[in-house]
Amino acid sequence: MKQSLLPTVAHRLAILCYIAFALFPLFWLLKVSVTPNDLLYSEGVRMWPSRTTFDHYAFVLRHSAFPTFFKNSLIVSASTAVVVTACASLSGYALSRFSFRAKYAIIALMLLTQMFPLVMLVAPIFKILSPLGLTNSLTGLVIVYSAFNVPFATFLMQSFFDGIPKDLEEAAMIDGATKFVAFRQIILPLTLPGIAATLGFVFTAAWSELLFALMLINGNDAATFPVGLLTFVSKFSVDFGQMMAAGVMALIPAGLFFLLIQRYLVQGLTAGAVKG
Amino acid sequence: MASIQIEKLEKSYGHVSVLHGIDLDIRDGEFIVLVGPSGCGKSTLLRMIAGLEDVSRGEIRIDGSRVNERHPKDRDIAMVFQSYALYPHMNVAGNMSYSLRLRKTAKEKIGAAVAGAASKLGLEPLLERRPKALSGGQRQRVAMGRAIVREPKAFLFDEPLSNLDARLREQMRAEIKKMHADLKATSIYVTHDQIEAMTLADRIVAMHGGVVQQVGSPLELYDRPANLFVAGFIGSPGMNFLDIIYREGAAFLKDGSRIALKSPAPVTEGSNLTLGIRPEHMTIATDGTGIAAKVELAEPTGFGIILHLSVHGVPVKVFTLDRQALNMGGEIAVSFPAQHIHLFDGEGRRMD
Repeated sequence: MKQSLLPTVAHRLAILCYIAFALFPLFWLLKVSVTPNDLLYSEGVRMWPSRTTFDHYAFVLRHSAFPTFFKNSLIVSASTAVVVTACASLSGYALSRFSFRAKYAIIALMLLTQMFPLVMLVAPIFKILSPLGLTNSLTGLVIVYSAFNVPFATFLMQSFFDGIPKDLEEAAMIDGATKFVAFRQIILPLTLPGIAATLGFVFTAAWSELLFALMLINGNDAATFPVGLLTFVSKFSVDFGQMMAAGVMALIPAGLFFLLIQRYLVQGLTAGAVKG
Repeated sequence: MASIQIEKLEKSYGHVSVLHGIDLDIRDGEFIVLVGPSGCGKSTLLRMIAGLEDVSRGEIRIDGSRVNERHPKDRDIAMVFQSYALYPHMNVAGNMSYSLRLRKTAKEKIGAAVAGAASKLGLEPLLERRPKALSGGQRQRVAMGRAIVREPKAFLFDEPLSNLDARLREQMRAEIKKMHADLKATSIYVTHDQIEAMTLADRIVAMHGGVVQQVGSPLELYDRPANLFVAGFIGSPGMNFLDIIYREGAAFLKDGSRIALKSPAPVTEGSNLTLGIRPEHMTIATDGTGIAAKVELAEPTGFGIILHLSVHGVPVKVFTLDRQALNMGGEIAVSFPAQHIHLFDGEGRRMD
């Protein structure tokens, strides 16, 4: 027994170290958000302030445009996640199951789109969106984010479809389903873990995107949350307390979202489908 | 129930041709087994009948009407897959009723059909379970249940037993046979296992290299194999083949030993032929006659003993029920009963 105890303890310790390392910035965010302004610079580096306050939260909610940013971000991220996942499940299925002309050309093209630095694309995209009236609009952001996320999401979904045996669709088709019904009733439910992963990935990507939001949006009405955070930086000072309070609140939807989908992320739904 | 006709059916993938003109006429209610080694095209043929593979050339007719262009769902056939292909997110009842629900069958009818099939297959206590909570044999039964609730025109089986262990396979084989006797449904069954083929089939279709080698009842294939492939494939242990020269109405081995034939063969003197004889038909000669053979190995199977012999350098197997054979060593003599000898010509075709 004693011999096997040491590796276990070491293993747990290693995990603990990693968790501490990963969560420390979040802890710091929380700590600063509850530190009163007068203590922020006077107490030096401490793990927890001698006095805590929720004033920053109250201020952010009442006197800043934060609720607008929050709403905008939620709309943009959720729409992007839904649009991308819907497109990616269809295209991923096609890439996984059908053979068609130019299939590999399309795959190559999709890979190619992932190879450009985003900064390079800001100007041309602005140029395209501006005559269409899509700058300074949430719709424009959703379109841009969707375009950037669909290729990767397609590959992600394709790998999930590849893991589902073809026999299942064939059985469904013999049972009397059309190809699309077999896809919707048999294959899609089995891909829920994949769909959850894709939704989560795209949602967080859109939630935290700054560059395009900053370039395509001006003014507070259509600003998303990462852009909004910058309003706490003024010419002469940075209002750390309020910024951190806003940051903590921005974490809530992402946290909730993953709580919602984590059941599917870990579930191996295909177990028992075929011999195994 | 329905008859199925297959006419000059061909299948090619690009330039690779896998089926070369298959003709087959399956009668209503018949149990047909397609048998052959892997890659002989038997599964492809089955999938073409199901509509899962396109037809390159030729025609498939179910109940007299051409189905080449029909989707699988419109062919009214059921299929049992080797992998079972159960829907993992539905319970047993859901799996079995899926086809009926797609056809918008009335709820009471679905309930009755599922209950009927479940009682036939002993699945009643499992109806609420998901496939992953079932054993291999139970999954197999659910797959069969899914096929029979529909009362389709024909059943297709794609090596349904090959994932089961030997004991369970024997049991399910008997159940399939019973089920067929019960339902009298036209069935096409693909297997590479010749025992399954022999025990289940009304007629066996032996296939090799995308060509039908012989069609006939199991005993026809066993007693009168049409060519060397069928002769070697059907039966276990496999048939012995010896190269002989035909002279004066008898067969002569390379060393000159004479084997008598029951009737003269219609070939010229001195022709090179192949003589085939099943291990279970050969006898060990104890009366001083017979051809000398060297014992190389003895395999007891419990029921009998398989002796591996060498007859003038040619490997020959003998199956005997005589337990004394286990103690035989060195030189013995074997005889080739004339009524059990098969002769094949230079192209491997049966002579008589």
